[in-house]
Amino acid sequence: MNWTFFHKLGSPKWFYDIAEKFLPWFLWFGIVLLVTGSVWGLAFAPPDYQQGESFRIIYLHVPTAILAQSCYMMMAVAAVVGLVWRMKITDMFIAAAAPIGAAFTFLALFTGAVWGKPTWGTWWVWDARLTAMLLLLFLYFGVMALRSALEDQDLAARASAILVLVGVVNIPIIKYSVEWWNTLHQPATFTLTEKPAMPPEMWLPLLVMVIGVYCFFSALLLMRVRNEILMRERRTKWVQALIAEEMKS
Amino acid sequence: MSDSLISTLDEGRSEPDHLRQDLWSVLKGMLAREFLIALRRRQELVNPLVFFVIVIVLFPLGVSPDPGFLKAASAGVVWVAALLATMLSLDRLFQGDYEDGALEQTVLCAQPLYLLVLTKNLVHWSLTGLPLIVLSPFLAVMMNLESEHIPVMILTLVIGTPVISLMGGIGAALTVSLRSGGVLISLLVLPLTIPVLIFGTGTIQASIDGLPIGGHLAIMGAMLALALTLSPFATSAALKMSVSN
Repeated sequence: MNWTFFHKLGSPKWFYDIAEKFLPWFLWFGIVLLVTGSVWGLAFAPPDYQQGESFRIIYLHVPTAILAQSCYMMMAVAAVVGLVWRMKITDMFIAAAAPIGAAFTFLALFTGAVWGKPTWGTWWVWDARLTAMLLLLFLYFGVMALRSALEDQDLAARASAILVLVGVVNIPIIKYSVEWWNTLHQPATFTLTEKPAMPPEMWLPLLVMVIGVYCFFSALLLMRVRNEILMRERRTKWVQALIAEEMKS
Repeated sequence: MSDSLISTLDEGRSEPDHLRQDLWSVLKGMLAREFLIALRRRQELVNPLVFFVIVIVLFPLGVSPDPGFLKAASAGVVWVAALLATMLSLDRLFQGDYEDGALEQTVLCAQPLYLLVLTKNLVHWSLTGLPLIVLSPFLAVMMNLESEHIPVMILTLVIGTPVISLMGGIGAALTVSLRSGGVLISLLVLPLTIPVLIFGTGTIQASIDGLPIGGHLAIMGAMLALALTLSPFATSAALKMSVSN
């Protein structure tokens, strides 16, 4: 098998060009899916027989929560790749993804709080999954804080990769310890192995939202990575040429 | 001069037997050095302990001196204070060695860095964790914890504080090149130590409620085993990275 494409992905210049091609697709697919999913979920999906209309926040809560968790996993994969193959691009990915992941974690917590008020009667409970999400937010903050504290680019890259990996080893431990400690939250809505308990008219818009959020996340990520590339490669010839061309037009 | 130096180095490389020290003597030398440095800076050893006591005293003063509340909160307060006091002491774990260049020599040493790091962790624990454990029964009595639960509390601290030291070592190694990594270390390490805190206080609570504590202790032991085996790898990687720049 030809691996050139993989090596090309590791080069900032190539990635910059490839990202430019993919970006509009992700962005527009994301926006279309998010709008469709929101309208479908918020206006047309049937109300829950127990929670009534308030359950509709699920269409924001579940996608953001899924993304918040998988974003950290993506960072962990990037960290391994970065530590093993020393690719510049992986660190740009981590730098770009951490704030987005933190924002999505915050959104998941916030929508959870808004949902908790009508269903549990309180904004916040020290339930296992809420606490685990809060700790995930702290892990994101840790990565961001470490990156901004270390001025040396190479040092920041390797330090944050190690920290992300230490965090990812800890995530299951944190998850299970808070689960045994306290549980009130309902079990996961989607699992890969079982049929969802909801009727299709309820979970289909949710699925659309999840895919939409992933597309939107990818678009945001590509934008941020492209910015990182320009920032860090600003002394290279191709970026200089790019800027000169931009200045001309 | 440089020629003679190079030839000496070359000789050292080609006939390393008389220069190479075996693992035990290196580890013993390191232990002796670490303890000596710590003893020369007695105040730094005492500070976390005083901090530990003050934090615990804040709770009756700040929340309520009611014996019922104190008893319910005792396990958590002692554990949280121990956690914070350990965080406070982590700042200097590799800092001195980094500044005077000893850290580079440690990384360059022919012996496995994993064991050297573990030795540093051991010294750190025996100079902060162990004194905290010795102090904790007195504070537990002040917090109205019944005396039959005190051995359980000591046991959880004996298993739990090494885990905190080991995890903290990762944070200290990552931030060693910063002039003041203090708050940052806590920010990096505290979220990772939550499981130990949960099971540490959970064990004491189970003992107060009259429940069996074996399962809790087994999980804490598992965490210690995991931290002992894995965290020195992360610490070594972080140290190598910090030194190479």
